[in-house]
Amino acid sequence: MNSVNLHYEVPGDDFTRAGEASGKVKNTLKELGMPADLVRNVSIAMYEGEINMVIHAGGGEADIVIEPQHVAVTLTDHGPGIPDVSLAMKEGYSTAPDNVRNLGFGAGMGLPNMKKYADEMEIETQVDVGTTIRLGFHVPAAP
Amino acid sequence: MEGERVDAFFHSVRLDEEKCEGCINCVKRCPTQAIRVRNGKASIISELCIDCGECIRICPHHAKYAQADPFNIILNYKYRVALPAPTLYGQFNNLDDPDYVLSGLKNMGFDDVFEVSAAAELVSAATREMMNSGKLKKPVISSACPAVCRLIRIRFPKLIPNVLDLHSPMEEAGRLAREKAVRETGLSPEEIGVFFITPCPAKITAIKAPIRSEKSNVDGAIPIKLIYPVLLKQMEKLERPPERLKNSGIIGVSWAGSGGESAALMRDRYLAADGIENVINVLEELEDEKLNELDFIELNACSGGCVGGVLTVENPYVARARLQKLRQYMPVSCNRLEAGIPAQMHAEKQLEAYDVMRLADNLNDAMERLNRLNEIHARLPGLDCGVCGAPSCRSLAEDIVRGAATIEDCVFTAREEFEARGREGYIPAPFRKAEEEKHEGK
Repeated sequence: MNSVNLHYEVPGDDFTRAGEASGKVKNTLKELGMPADLVRNVSIAMYEGEINMVIHAGGGEADIVIEPQHVAVTLTDHGPGIPDVSLAMKEGYSTAPDNVRNLGFGAGMGLPNMKKYADEMEIETQVDVGTTIRLGFHVPAAP
Repeated sequence: MEGERVDAFFHSVRLDEEKCEGCINCVKRCPTQAIRVRNGKASIISELCIDCGECIRICPHHAKYAQADPFNIILNYKYRVALPAPTLYGQFNNLDDPDYVLSGLKNMGFDDVFEVSAAAELVSAATREMMNSGKLKKPVISSACPAVCRLIRIRFPKLIPNVLDLHSPMEEAGRLAREKAVRETGLSPEEIGVFFITPCPAKITAIKAPIRSEKSNVDGAIPIKLIYPVLLKQMEKLERPPERLKNSGIIGVSWAGSGGESAALMRDRYLAADGIENVINVLEELEDEKLNELDFIELNACSGGCVGGVLTVENPYVARARLQKLRQYMPVSCNRLEAGIPAQMHAEKQLEAYDVMRLADNLNDAMERLNRLNEIHARLPGLDCGVCGAPSCRSLAEDIVRGAATIEDCVFTAREEFEARGREGYIPAPFRKAEEEKHEGK
């Protein structure tokens, strides 16, 4: 089947570059002529994941597989892992450090927003080993 | 503009081929990647151009220009009205009263003047009323900058419903000026010529090919820099004090600079961005719903706002400082809506989306093209040197899959091709390897 595969390294040491990969994915989806709502959903959910990797995990990798009916975004890091996933999924719960909060991040909406905007979400995490988050999006049939 | 095709992608930004040297200054500067060098000359991709005028600003050979009306076009009309943009007032040193500028315009051959800043005060009042109704999709995006409106319709079509449903102050001034002239002279509307004194080419385009109405209320546009020397002479000859003509206050005049339109809304939750890169960044964030807490977004393609227009004569920051001094003793506003918002103030039609980004009409073809594009992009050197005529390696790869260029347009891949085929071909000096240099030297 026809697919487009994209891979991005998300640097952990440079906050000013956070959001670069999701921005590129957004442009790619636009070039493919994907529906505006899907473009928004992917771009917001992936942005949240990308920011999370920068804040908590010292960066990571993003792999995107675009198929005619489905978009998959896999975010992999080798950070500290999430000790309590259900707590992390709560709106407003955050372990972000103060310097990051001063930038307006760390509102505790990262994972909840990913869940809100993605159709599928899977978290695989192990403390001190890392976290992999798989996000899936259904492409609505063309009108 | 007889015999010229005026359509959805009409542009006032043009190229003087004779002056163009085929360098890549404009190619690199263009915010929408709309320019390529082809056969040694810059060529503008019509669908992508938003008439921002950045290429006019940067061209060292002055080969880019704004197609404007010559001054004597006003002679085609029995009664002529000038619509000065408030930016015009910022072009003169030591100006303490806009009436000198307005009287100067009348002495140049206009029968009357109608300040765009007066109409701007009405647009501000209407915007306040519409925002207070609570019915608008927030954040509301200003519709005043035509380059921004054109950018939204090609790059951010999703944001079209957020664009304010009001004509720009220029359009409103055109309508009111013509109505006033008809009332005062008894002439028919067609006998009256209404001309905007413009700071930028985007406004010229907005008049020649409006995208929010069938026909503009304005008949033509004369660039500030064209009128400036003549106007200055007329102003020096004026008797003092000049005729009392001005009819706008702080709110109207402040529209000339970035933030002026927002300040007039008397609300705190607004953002005012100026300069085309900043505008694009804000639109990206808006599109990702990151700015939903804001009520109003003012966007100006030029740095500093309209005072930064490429057809002005004065540095935008100097112009702004002068306007600050000029407005010091002005009333806050001189114009109000007496009976609600007249229907004519609303845009006749919504912006139309033009999906120029997509690589093909159907998804499968687009995916194939995208994969090819990525493969080609990986083969290119990644220097973004512009020698191929495209602004970046990514753009060249896109041009190739769209069938508008070939990979040999890249000097580096062309060289690889030559080498791979074992052919003797001339390679320009900067691209020769050291051994070849030695060989050449012998």
